[in-house]
Amino acid sequence: MADELLSVEDLHVEFERGDSKVYAVNGASFSVGPGETLGIVGESGSGKSVSVLSVMGLLRGSGQVTGGTAMFMGKDLLKLRRRQLEDIRGRDIGMIFQDPMSSLNPTMRIGDQIMEGMLSHQYTSRKGAFNRTLQLLDEVGIPEGKARFRSYPHEFSGGMRQRVMIAMAVACEPQLLIADEPTTALDVTVQTQILVLLRQLQLKGRMGIILITHDFGVATNVCDRIIVMYAGKVMESAPLVDFLARPAHPYTVGLKGSVIEVGTKAHQLRAIPGMATALTEPPRACPFAERCQLAADRCLEELPPLRPLGLGHYVACHRAEEVLAAAGTTVGAQVGGPVGGQVGGQVGGQVAQGVTARA
Amino acid sequence: MPDEPILKVDGVSKHFKVGGRTLRAVERVSFDLGAGETLGIVGESGSGKSTLGRLVLRLLEADEGRVVFQGEDLAKLASNELRSRRRDMQIIFQDPLASLNPRMTVGAAIEDAMVVQKIGRSASERRHRTEGLLERVGLQPSAVDAYPFELSGGQQQRVGIARALSLGPKLVVCDEPLSALDVSVQVQIIQLLQELQRELGITYLFISHNLGVVQLISDTVVVLYLGEVVEQAGADELFERPQHPYTQALMRSVLKVPEELEKRAPLVALAGEMPSPLSPPSGCPYHPRCPLAMDRCKEEKPLLRTVSEGHMAACHKAGEAVTMGSAPAVLVTPSELAAS
Ligand SMILES: Nc1ncnc2c1ncn2[C@@H]1O[C@H](COP(=O)(O)OP(=O)(O)OP(=O)(O)O)[C@@H](O)[C@H]1O
Ligand SMILES: Nc1ncnc2c1ncn2[C@@H]1O[C@H](COP(=O)(O)OP(=O)(O)OP(=O)(O)O)[C@@H](O)[C@H]1O
Ligand code: SF4
Ligand SMILES: [Mg+2]
Ligand SMILES: [Mg+2]
Repeated sequence: MADELLSVEDLHVEFERGDSKVYAVNGASFSVGPGETLGIVGESGSGKSVSVLSVMGLLRGSGQVTGGTAMFMGKDLLKLRRRQLEDIRGRDIGMIFQDPMSSLNPTMRIGDQIMEGMLSHQYTSRKGAFNRTLQLLDEVGIPEGKARFRSYPHEFSGGMRQRVMIAMAVACEPQLLIADEPTTALDVTVQTQILVLLRQLQLKGRMGIILITHDFGVATNVCDRIIVMYAGKVMESAPLVDFLARPAHPYTVGLKGSVIEVGTKAHQLRAIPGMATALTEPPRACPFAERCQLAADRCLEELPPLRPLGLGHYVACHRAEEVLAAAGTTVGAQVGGPVGGQVGGQVGGQVAQGVTARA
Repeated sequence: MPDEPILKVDGVSKHFKVGGRTLRAVERVSFDLGAGETLGIVGESGSGKSTLGRLVLRLLEADEGRVVFQGEDLAKLASNELRSRRRDMQIIFQDPLASLNPRMTVGAAIEDAMVVQKIGRSASERRHRTEGLLERVGLQPSAVDAYPFELSGGQQQRVGIARALSLGPKLVVCDEPLSALDVSVQVQIIQLLQELQRELGITYLFISHNLGVVQLISDTVVVLYLGEVVEQAGADELFERPQHPYTQALMRSVLKVPEELEKRAPLVALAGEMPSPLSPPSGCPYHPRCPLAMDRCKEEKPLLRTVSEGHMAACHKAGEAVTMGSAPAVLVTPSELAAS
């Protein structure tokens, strides 16, 4: 794996909250090569954003990297000084943040914000940056760039702000693009246009992409490899072919069973029962055990390591072989959890109470 | 609809000024919605969905048209009357972080709204209710003490959902309420919203780009394009028999999870220029990108008309049993993807 673009090994990140700690990332490893697309999917709150933010030196609040390395072009990003990191950020590594509104400057015109990165990294002249900004606006599907250049973020729709972030992130033709939920506010036609644009940049400059997304349709149509995160750990890392045909972790199977597509009916809805645990301690056993249909004694006692299962396919589950063997059988379906009605029933019933009761 | 609709939206428009020019964000949109029903709103990014949601709640003043909620014209209410009606009309914002006060803990943000609307007898009762709500959206009760920036995107979004539900609303505008949630939590929240609807008769305006979710949760769906309704029908009817070429293009662009690698679909971008709401095209607003466009489409604006019972479309060719127009240029094929 000498030719990886970014290689993150055994990353640990903690936060302080009040007098307790949040163990947000607990030994995550992943890598992406030139021209490759790595997808990161997984539980909401499992440390996807924190992982990539910490690599970029952008952790907020009390966040601290407590272990690991992140090698990018021969340098460990986690050891670089602020200035060195700022040079890389926006020039060699472009970043699309999950929350566009809070990442854009509300008092600065859209056009100036796109130009800013190109100018501060001396990517091109002022005139060149202006022209490229108009071109980028057009490419991300915002026509009449000249008129829209002077708009402020609040004058744009959610999806337009997202596309402004995309334009900013690719402006300097980075070698690596980290995209955290880049298309959540886009309709499917504009989304496709953006995915095609990213693919073209990739074919042209061998740009690597890390794509964090909850959209399995997107992940499975553009990624070469997908990793699945839960409780700050990588549960499974699989080449797309295996992710599609041979998911080996019960959590992956459960997630795939929850996907809603056009035509899905209410009775087909499946949620994984239970909810995510609070990360007030680093996991010592399988963090998914209390929600897992296959959990055995060993799962409650021993942390399953991320281990190879097939060529390039890794999984952190004691019983992965059984998951594979059960695929397609009824057990396979069970792994995804019982029909959500039960879960929803409980959940909904309580809320209904809370909502009706009024003073 | 047997009863008087709980919400009547009648020809509302909203125009903004951008650099001295007029931007048509929402143009003469009308619909009725019965209590306990869900109207799905889909459409191109920038087509006016969020603006429409704000107009409906009078968070934004319409330039023309009326919004009648529970029999009252919202524009005629004095501001104190409007405030007391707010409790019945809530919104889950598209941008969760921007909609939360950064200096308030999650608990304080939810309880503050309860205090304003006089819900809950004591602080401890409100705290109890807040923790219960958080748990129901899949968050640990300890999240009450967290500040918004200490939460993940999907956790923030669920705080927004809990806050909107905390006041016992009759109408909730859900603006992309599931976009930051993992698919399992999406299912849990959908089931929660549906339970509440069955038990309490809540009415939803559900804005989303996730067509599968919209079909599942909506009774009726409207499709917006450049601020106008271009198609409206029952949810299954709309997605099974889309009549407007834009709706058909949407359906074609949905990315499905393939069963195996070989079954991946090519990424197909819509051909033609993106339209601008600053200078909308003549005739049919979709004609520059429409594979079926004929001369008439460039000149004459198609009106929203009934093509079959309960199904309306604004297209000269709608109802002519035309199948989805010829596929536009394929820009990236799976083999190209594999080759890179
Ligand atoms: N500044 C912070 N202070 C304390 N805890 C934090 C902070 N930032 C993140 N966390 C916690 O770290 C965990 C991981 O958060 P992260 O944002 O990485 O989740 P995520 O996987 O991106 O989720 P989502 O899909 O919802 O965006 C969460 O439990 C979150 O509450
Ligand atoms: N305050 C404003 N000033 C000027 N233009 C605005 C303002 N608010 C919205 N617009 C414009 O109105 C149009 C519709 O925006 P809106 O946010 O309603 O779109 P949307 O359908 O919600 O899009 P998305 O799916 O991207 O969230 C856009 O062109 C936007 O730029
Ligand atoms: S290690 Fe055990 S509990 Fe964890 S996912 Fe595998 S079977 Fe389930
Ligand atoms: Mg995130
Ligand atoms: Mg919007």
